[in-house]
Amino acid sequence: MKTLKVKDSEYEIKIGKITRVKRITALEKLFEITLPEKECINHVPGQFVVLSRLGIGEAPFSISSSPTKLRSFELVIRNVGKLTQALHNLDVGDEVGIRGPFGKGFPIHILEGSDLLFIAGGIGIVPLRSLIHYAIDNRRDFGKVTILLGCNSPKNMLFSDEFNNWSKRMDLNFECTVDRADPDWKGNVGLITSLIPGISLVPERTFALVIGPPIMYKYVIAELLKKEIPERQIIISLERHMKCGLGKCGHCQIDNLYCCQDGPVFSYDKIKNIKESI
Amino acid sequence: MERYVILEKKHFNDFILKIAKSQKVVAPVAKGYHQFAFEEVTSGDQISLNYIPTILPPKKYFMPPNETIATYDISKGQNITLVVEYEEIVLFGVHTCDLAGIQCLNIAFSEHPKDINYNIRKNKIIIIGYECNSYCDEYASCRLVHNHLPNGGYDLFFTDLENGKFIIHLHTLLGEKLIKKIGFIKEADESDIQSLDALRERKRKIFAKNEVPIEHEKIPELFDKVYDSKVWDELGKLCLACGNCTNVCPTCYCFDIIDESNLDLKTGRRYRKWDSCQNEEFAKVAGGENFRPERAARQRHRYYRKFRYPIDNFSRFFCTGCGRCSRACMANINLKETLTKLVEEQGMKNPDAG
Repeated sequence: MKTLKVKDSEYEIKIGKITRVKRITALEKLFEITLPEKECINHVPGQFVVLSRLGIGEAPFSISSSPTKLRSFELVIRNVGKLTQALHNLDVGDEVGIRGPFGKGFPIHILEGSDLLFIAGGIGIVPLRSLIHYAIDNRRDFGKVTILLGCNSPKNMLFSDEFNNWSKRMDLNFECTVDRADPDWKGNVGLITSLIPGISLVPERTFALVIGPPIMYKYVIAELLKKEIPERQIIISLERHMKCGLGKCGHCQIDNLYCCQDGPVFSYDKIKNIKESI
Repeated sequence: MERYVILEKKHFNDFILKIAKSQKVVAPVAKGYHQFAFEEVTSGDQISLNYIPTILPPKKYFMPPNETIATYDISKGQNITLVVEYEEIVLFGVHTCDLAGIQCLNIAFSEHPKDINYNIRKNKIIIIGYECNSYCDEYASCRLVHNHLPNGGYDLFFTDLENGKFIIHLHTLLGEKLIKKIGFIKEADESDIQSLDALRERKRKIFAKNEVPIEHEKIPELFDKVYDSKVWDELGKLCLACGNCTNVCPTCYCFDIIDESNLDLKTGRRYRKWDSCQNEEFAKVAGGENFRPERAARQRHRYYRKFRYPIDNFSRFFCTGCGRCSRACMANINLKETLTKLVEEQGMKNPDAG
């Protein structure tokens, strides 16, 4: 067996330097990552990168910051496995390998002029935050912006400071619910689906942008269809086990689609007949 | 114009011997009762010309089971050195089913984003095909997927004319150069071409009907109807989730990417390793959700990746009809029987087709 060094491989990584770390909850940390010479990662909200630490391995992570943040990007990482444990031990100045961004993100240009209804369940706020920040930073490009957030308990809420700001802004409608309240919680209690019937919207000019755990989609989409939002205007992001990011390794396949290349963002009309999708 | 040359069988041993003097030759070799494997040979008499599909298909040379894609040295930071592993080989004796398998892999790894490792490696391999004059065994279904006759994908193609001669189709300049360098050959004459035509005509009678009673063209339609079939539940009850079927499949190319550090805990490599959609963990995500937890769903996925999805994506079946999955299955899941059950369940049985 001979070995050849190559340059233009899809497995090439860029070195990302950690420039900020912030603990968000007991399980999640936010990492700001800066590429060499502050190169812009140039992503579309909804896309993901494959991050690695040599000797431990690679895993996919959604970009949580907006493309309007040019010189660095943010990942929010839940400590659930070997790689994420290692990442949680890293600090400012440490390096990681970055491939990507990969996949199809949200159709940000098509959304122009429309009303946006964001629906995030649990950790779904991490990827959706990229688009929410983008919409806030380009606020005049969109009509009414509504954000519905569901979370299992107040202590697991990911971006409390930001949510406080969003709830105070005149140009956003922000509503939040928790599955289980604690004694200090004064807001809504119940599943995210309970917030949807009360929203006033004009269905033909509304795009629903939904990310949450797999179980959530079926019920949320049913509520959105009751509101008569057209199927092609319900945009969701599907979680799968992306490994290579290149539409080859097979792990993320949803019937004949490769989630890492054809998705992870899909409009409901495109996947409603794909049986493995939701 | 198509060019054919003749190699007399008495020169076959020396023919291989001579190639092997300057290049690595791999060819089917007997490995015990009804078992064969592609291995390095140095002369023609080591080769089993009359072989049933090898345990592993020639996929192992195009997409090695364990392939380094990068090396690293942590003491110098998080940088990696990207590498391609390759070997210059002459791959001799590839049946038409396996030629089709290589074509499928070529397509999958050339589609955007193109896989540079695969594409560099494949161009280092000279492929010499070898015709099956009749069925290898009862597991094959090459007629069904139109792979019983050669469909290209080789540099040279050998057919045993059963009269003491091989006729060799020179398909590429690379193949022609090799033949010229090695020698022992003469131009085919009119009677040789007639012998080849007669052999192919005999083959058309041997492979007269599909091995499953359905028309080739109706297979995608069949699969459009059987997603919720109880046949998958039956397979799910039998399947041991061992991954034999996908490992031996000439067109299965799923893989995992793994880092492996050396004992110095500084240097190491990132490698690709064959993986299988039949493994329980295959579609599981970090949060614990498994998107294909049942064996029935995983078996269905395997069949759809052979007979339905690649029709949309690549306009061809990714089943080559080699029969390896059926031969290797410890639970006796049989591809021909599974397809026949689906055909019968849908009332699509056509006795004229197969």
